[in-house]
Parts: sequence; structure tokens; C-alpha cells
Amino acid sequence: MITVTDLTKRYARHTAVDHVSFEVQKGQIVGFLGPNGAGKTTTMRMLTCFLPPTAGSATVAGFDVLEQPFEVKKRIGYLPEAPPLYPEMRTVEYLQFVGKLKGLSGAELSKRVDYVLERCSVADVKDKLLGKLSKGYRQRVGLAQAIIHNPDVLILDEPTSGLDPKQINETRDLIKSLAGDHTIILSTHILPEVEQTCQSVLIINKGRLVAKDSVNNLQNRARGAEQLLIEVAGRNTDVDSAAVQQRLELIPGITHIIFKDKQQNRCTFEIESHKDSFVRGDLARAVVEAGWDLNELRPTAVSLEEIFLQLTGEPAAVQAEEPVATGAV
Amino acid sequence: MRNVLIIFRKEIHGYFTSPVAYLLLTMFAVVFGLFFWNALGAFVYYSMESQMRGQSFPMNLNEELIRPLLSNINVIGLFFIPMITMRLFAEEKRTGTIELLVTSPIRDLEVIGGKWLAALALYGCMLLVTVINLGFLFKYGHPDWKPVAVAYLGMILQAAGMLAIGMFISTLTKNQIIAGAATFGVCLVLWVMGWTGSYESATWTQVLSYMSVTTHMEPFSKGLLDTRDTIYYITLIFVGFFLTARSLESLRWRA
Repeated sequence: MITVTDLTKRYARHTAVDHVSFEVQKGQIVGFLGPNGAGKTTTMRMLTCFLPPTAGSATVAGFDVLEQPFEVKKRIGYLPEAPPLYPEMRTVEYLQFVGKLKGLSGAELSKRVDYVLERCSVADVKDKLLGKLSKGYRQRVGLAQAIIHNPDVLILDEPTSGLDPKQINETRDLIKSLAGDHTIILSTHILPEVEQTCQSVLIINKGRLVAKDSVNNLQNRARGAEQLLIEVAGRNTDVDSAAVQQRLELIPGITHIIFKDKQQNRCTFEIESHKDSFVRGDLARAVVEAGWDLNELRPTAVSLEEIFLQLTGEPAAVQAEEPVATGAV
Repeated sequence: MRNVLIIFRKEIHGYFTSPVAYLLLTMFAVVFGLFFWNALGAFVYYSMESQMRGQSFPMNLNEELIRPLLSNINVIGLFFIPMITMRLFAEEKRTGTIELLVTSPIRDLEVIGGKWLAALALYGCMLLVTVINLGFLFKYGHPDWKPVAVAYLGMILQAAGMLAIGMFISTLTKNQIIAGAATFGVCLVLWVMGWTGSYESATWTQVLSYMSVTTHMEPFSKGLLDTRDTIYYITLIFVGFFLTARSLESLRWRA
């Protein structure tokens, strides 16, 4: 549905998007992840024909953004970071206006307006001035505006920013329910959002695509090594942390033990192990057999957060030292 | 054309749901009312005086009241044009709604045309206010309506040109105040530029004077429909449109 090849956007002094290539299949939700200023918005703006790319190409539904912007625009629904609302219009008037802009008219227009009012649950504010709506409603009217012409592709720039947790959940559910009919690209810097809503993820940093994969694959990749947290306690006596560490090191499959903390008769360790070994059972048995108590044993969850930091943290530090090199391209 | 109408209606809606239109119309009505009152008072006074002196020629309503009144009003109109055009694009840029317009399947020229027509329509409404005042002259006197009609045509043409220029200036900034102030400056310069021609006859002053918007108003206010002046205003409209279109396009390259 969307094919992006070597898409590049250069400004006078820096490269905002640098040779980004990806593909999105029909009906998928793709999360576009990156720190602020990574080039997410610029990429999206190029897809919506708002900005022309400096180099490379992008096609949406088979139409090139440079060659046939009109056809692309007809098939795209776009929610910019700030919903493009006219404060002096009422919700219904606004949706009618956008519908007409997108080429709807007559009975079809009023049908679609009613539909999106219902779908985005903004029907109860349909006669209110947009300038008086709360942030959550504004965001949803923005979403309603994006889907009014039933576009093939939806491009949502940080659709949940600035919402409260309840509204965030509602918006995510809404977006999920829109998949299938629509192909969706959404940008965010909030990681759980990608884990919850998207099937695959594109991680972008400093204008470069640093990872593209399905959410599951990425999580598995980082979970190759398992991390455990263990807390051992002595019942009535003080526990010798060195002794505990020595005992634990004997267990097969453990690659790394880090002493974390000792409080009175308890001590905690962080343990890294191979994924498939029976480390957890062995750990528990070893502790109990040695006469200590096992207070806590849990895997520290590997979230996208860590992958994200792994992927974006290091290159960021390297690139920060040589900004001229990227700028001069 | 359909798209032009969509934008036109949205803009008119914008003018008339905010206080902008009402404020402008009221201010214009008050200012024009004062001008009309003074001009009529003076006209009545002088015509009585000339009667008392026994001059046989009656004073001409067209030449001595309507013509100076309308050329004054035309200058006053220049001051209102920035207030009409300043929001056209600056507001859209500030609130980000420009992104909606630019990513919709609609041509830039349709957006520009719609906005310009709406601005012109608002100016037309202002001129309608003056028609009410002049109506009294037609009720109680017998002025010739044809030169008056030509003068109105001139005023509309001049406003159309200046509105196009103001619209262009509005695309340059996100700030309505800056857009308004710059347009105001340009309007003033285009008006005052014409003064040099009245005492200097060097070529450059003639050129300056020819470029002034008010110079080309004179024939219209006399009731003279001259193609040169008409073409001048139409050129002004085209220049405004062209610059606006270029500026909108450059917005995408720079944004």
C-alpha cells in the first residue's frame, strides 16, 4: 500500500530524513517510533504531499507523491500533530467542510459525517464550537476529519499526545478498530503505544531508519538473554552476600551475576542467563537447599523501551560528535 | 470552481462568525457617515451661498459632492484592506490548518481564488453601506447614476488589486499583526507614491505616479471608463495572485 524508497529530505544545514526505505502492507498498523526531532513528522509530511522529497520516492496506493499528488491526496487521511481545526466552526460544519474539500457531496457527505461523528464518538459535541472543545475531543474530531472520505491510508502524527490515560486508551482502541479497512501509519515517541496498537514498527533516529520489524520479533530479539532479579534472605541470621553469589555462580546457564543491594538480612542480585536453560528452577532449589529464603525471583521484562534505547542511544552519541558529516551530504 | 466556492463559503463564514466583519462594517459605516454628513453639509452651504450671490449655474451634485466623496472614501478603503486580508493565510499558518488545505485534493489556485473572492465580497459589503447614503441623494436630488456606477466599478477594481497584494503579504508570516502592518505600509506607499507626479515632471516621478493605485482612480471617479486604468488594476490582481501562488508553493519547500 505504501512503498518508500530512499526517501531523503535535506534542508540547508541538515538532513532531516536520510535514505529511508520501507513498505507497508494493506490493512496494517505500523508504528513510527523515534525520539523528538528524529524525522517522523517530516517523513509523514512527504507521504501526504505536504513536503516534496529532496531525493528518493514514495508511492501511496500505487501513486507517486511527486508525480500524482492529487491521486495520493484523495486516498490519504492525515491528522497532523496539532489537529487542523477552525475554532470558529462547529463540529458538524467543520466535518462537512472537510468532506467537501475531499470531494464528497450530497447524501454521501451527510452519511459520512454522521458515520464519523458516531465512530469517533464526537456526536455529543457536534453543535459545539471547535475552539471550545477539550483536548481529547479536539483530537477525536481531528481523527474524524482524517477518515471522513474513507481513505485507503491513514497517517496519524502523534494521535495520543496530550491526552489523559482514559482518552489515550479510547483513541488506541479507535485506531485499532480502524485497521483492516485502512492502512495506518502512526508516529509516536511513547513505546507502550506501539506495543499495544501496532503490528510492526519502524524505528527512526536522526533521520535514519535503524530498525524495521514486527513488534513480536523485536521483543524476541531482545529477549535472547533473560534477565532475572533475585532476592535472598537469611531467616534469623545475617546472610553473607558473597557466599550467596558463590553458590549461585555454580548454577549452569548463568552468564552474569551482579550484586545489587544488601539490606539487613536480605540481598538482591541481577542475573543474566541463556534463554532456554532451566535457570529459574535451579536458582530456587539452590537457594532453598542452602538454607536461605527465596523472597523474590522475577524476570525483568524486556520492553521495546530497551530495544529502543539500544537502537537509538548509541548511534545518537556517535553522530552527535560529527554533525557536520551528515549535514554536508 | 466547486472547490473555489467551498473555500469562499468557509472564509465568509469565518468573517461573519467572528467579530471581524461586524467591526469593519460598523467602523466603515461610521467613518463614511461622517464624511457624507460633512460633504453634504458643505455642499448645501455653498450652494445656498452661490444662490444668494445670484449665480445662475446650480451646483452639480455629481461633480461637487459625489466625486470628491467617493475619492475620499476610496482612500479610507485603503486603510481597511489590511484588516480584511491579514488573517487570510497568516491565521491558517498559525493554527496549522494550512496543512489540511495543502494535503487536500484541491489546487492552490482554488484556495487563493476562494479566499480572495471572500475578501472582495466583504469589501463589497462595505461599499453597500455607502450605497444607502448615496440613495438619499437620488431620492432628493437628480444626480446622474452612470458616472457613479463607473466610480463604484473603479473602487471595486482597486480594492480587488490591493486585496490580492494584501493576501500575498499574509502568506509571508504566521503573525496577523505583522501581515496587517506590512499591508498597511504597502497601501500607504502605493497611495502616496502618486503625489510626486503633481509637481515634478521628471520621468521617474511619472513612473512612480503611474504605479500609484490612486492615480488610476481619478478617471473612474470622473465616470470615465479607461482601458489603461482597468488593465492596471487587473494587472495588480494578477501580480497579487502570482506572488501568493509562488509564496504558497515555497512554503512547502521551506516548511
